[in-house]
Amino acid sequence: MADIVIDNVTKSFGSFIALARVDLHVADGEFLALLGPSGCGKTTLLRIIAGLETQSSGHVQIGRRDVSALPPRKRGLAMVFQNYAVFPHMTVRQNVGFGLRMAGADAVRIERQVARAAALLHIEPNLDRYPAQLSGGQRQRVAVARALAIEPAVLLMDEPLSNLDALLRLEMRAELKSVLRQAGTTTIYVTHDQTEAMGLADRIAVLHAGRIQQVGPPAEVYARPATTFVGGFVGSPPMNFLTLPVENGCVRLGALTLMSPMGFESQIVLGIRPEDLEPAEAAEGFPFTLRVAEPLGSHIMLTGETVGQHLRVVVPPETQVNIGATMHLRPRRDRVVWMDPASGAAIRRREAEKLGTEAAGD
Amino acid sequence: MPIYLIALGAVGGRTVVNSWPKPFLPPADLSFGTIRDFLDIAGVWSSALYSVEAAVLCMAFSILLGVPAGYALARFVFVGATTYRLLVLLTRAFPVAILALPLTVGFIRLGLYDTPLGVSLMHTALALPFAVLVSASLFQAIPRELEEAAWVFGCSPVRAFLRVVLPLALPGIAATAIFAFVISWNEVFAASVLTVRHKTLTAYLLSVLSESPLHVQFAGGFVLIIPSVLFIFLVRKRLFSMWGIANR
Repeated sequence: MADIVIDNVTKSFGSFIALARVDLHVADGEFLALLGPSGCGKTTLLRIIAGLETQSSGHVQIGRRDVSALPPRKRGLAMVFQNYAVFPHMTVRQNVGFGLRMAGADAVRIERQVARAAALLHIEPNLDRYPAQLSGGQRQRVAVARALAIEPAVLLMDEPLSNLDALLRLEMRAELKSVLRQAGTTTIYVTHDQTEAMGLADRIAVLHAGRIQQVGPPAEVYARPATTFVGGFVGSPPMNFLTLPVENGCVRLGALTLMSPMGFESQIVLGIRPEDLEPAEAAEGFPFTLRVAEPLGSHIMLTGETVGQHLRVVVPPETQVNIGATMHLRPRRDRVVWMDPASGAAIRRREAEKLGTEAAGD
Repeated sequence: MPIYLIALGAVGGRTVVNSWPKPFLPPADLSFGTIRDFLDIAGVWSSALYSVEAAVLCMAFSILLGVPAGYALARFVFVGATTYRLLVLLTRAFPVAILALPLTVGFIRLGLYDTPLGVSLMHTALALPFAVLVSASLFQAIPRELEEAAWVFGCSPVRAFLRVVLPLALPGIAATAIFAFVISWNEVFAASVLTVRHKTLTAYLLSVLSESPLHVQFAGGFVLIIPSVLFIFLVRKRLFSMWGIANR
């Protein structure tokens, strides 16, 4: 049992606040991705969990044990670093067995564990070579094998795939997922790549400016972003946001009338994913002036304007498109999210629906 | 080239030393007689021993004091780190000549005067700034993550240093050590001021050779050069073979 509880952790460097009162719970065996742009504090949070950085206030618990004041070696965890950090003066075998040797395990056990970790990551042929003789992808495997060899309760990964080329990254991503599923290790995975987070994680925690914006399963974070930041950061292309005027609890968009949540008298932000917009007749859609069309094989990405605001649309590859022309679009109503224009926070769906039906009953 | 000329003077005997132009190829009647003569001069061997003693001590002090200081400069953020760096260099700003008299007086009081230990302390003062700055840049070149990885995988900071940082820095530290050795071996002024009977080889030669013929001087010079050159060559080979200079 090794769940991780991060309780009210704050970290400041002088007057700069890197992490502001972060609370997070990672269940035993869960794979959590910490997602955010560079400088959002995700690596700092990971390093605090590892004990490489000391929090300014708050507590970290691993497996019901408060480790806040313990040095890294006493926290019972393993870590994979962004630049691998495999020891250049040791062979792959020595690298993978390093943690066990430091823990004073006997030779037989070290041998067995090293063989197992090496088999898991397909690095047996390289066991007696030095890291300098390996490629980046192979070094990456060594770093992961070194972490798994000690059978840690908790595995921390700091952008482990960011130094690999795109194809290798895709391959390693799939492999990591299967390896870690097998190991059943509680994992925290730091990344700025939202597709990586979506693809790997059981849950995603989106961090922005030292605060957790949203924690949830990938599908939920994608479909129901908690803030405009999350909507814009998760998903490629990002979510569209249209700031629209409110009249009598309704928003007018072309020929469409959408019921908006109550409590917003002047303006509201409508959020919609590019793939949740579909071509429609003029009478039941809103106008969209097409500027650029990018055929991407599986779909066409359209960029243009509607009511003077920037909009991206993803349509099927067989759609007829004319640059500069005006076409009409219709959002899938159940996919629309509403945001507070002042704070950028989402207006909770249930509330919005309830308010919407009330407005419809009038 | 200068080494060749000195060697020529040392083995060629009186005629070669005084001939001009110098023969390009070594003369046929090579003889180590002069060198043997030189080595027979009373006190050469014992002063060579003092030299080695002082140089080894100087090397040890420079590494023992310089490496930790360099590590601190490279890894820890502390108030006045930049000032400290500058101060380390400033120790070289004082001419030894000015320091010589107070040092002599001080060493006599401490009982260090005319001992290899005293000389080695003086030489350490000369070699230490380089030891500190060179090892600081050595440690800076070792990625911090390696050390952090060692901590995560069960090392205490001391153990991480011994198991990971030190092996990686070792070639550079060895070079620093050689450097300290050579500085001490070659230094004349402080050595001759601080000693009377227990002179190091350089200081001894300075006082003896000024009265000897030219070819004996060459022989002395040659003997003096051999250890430092040999040492550097030996270590250089080791430096390159240690897992390659480019290990990342």
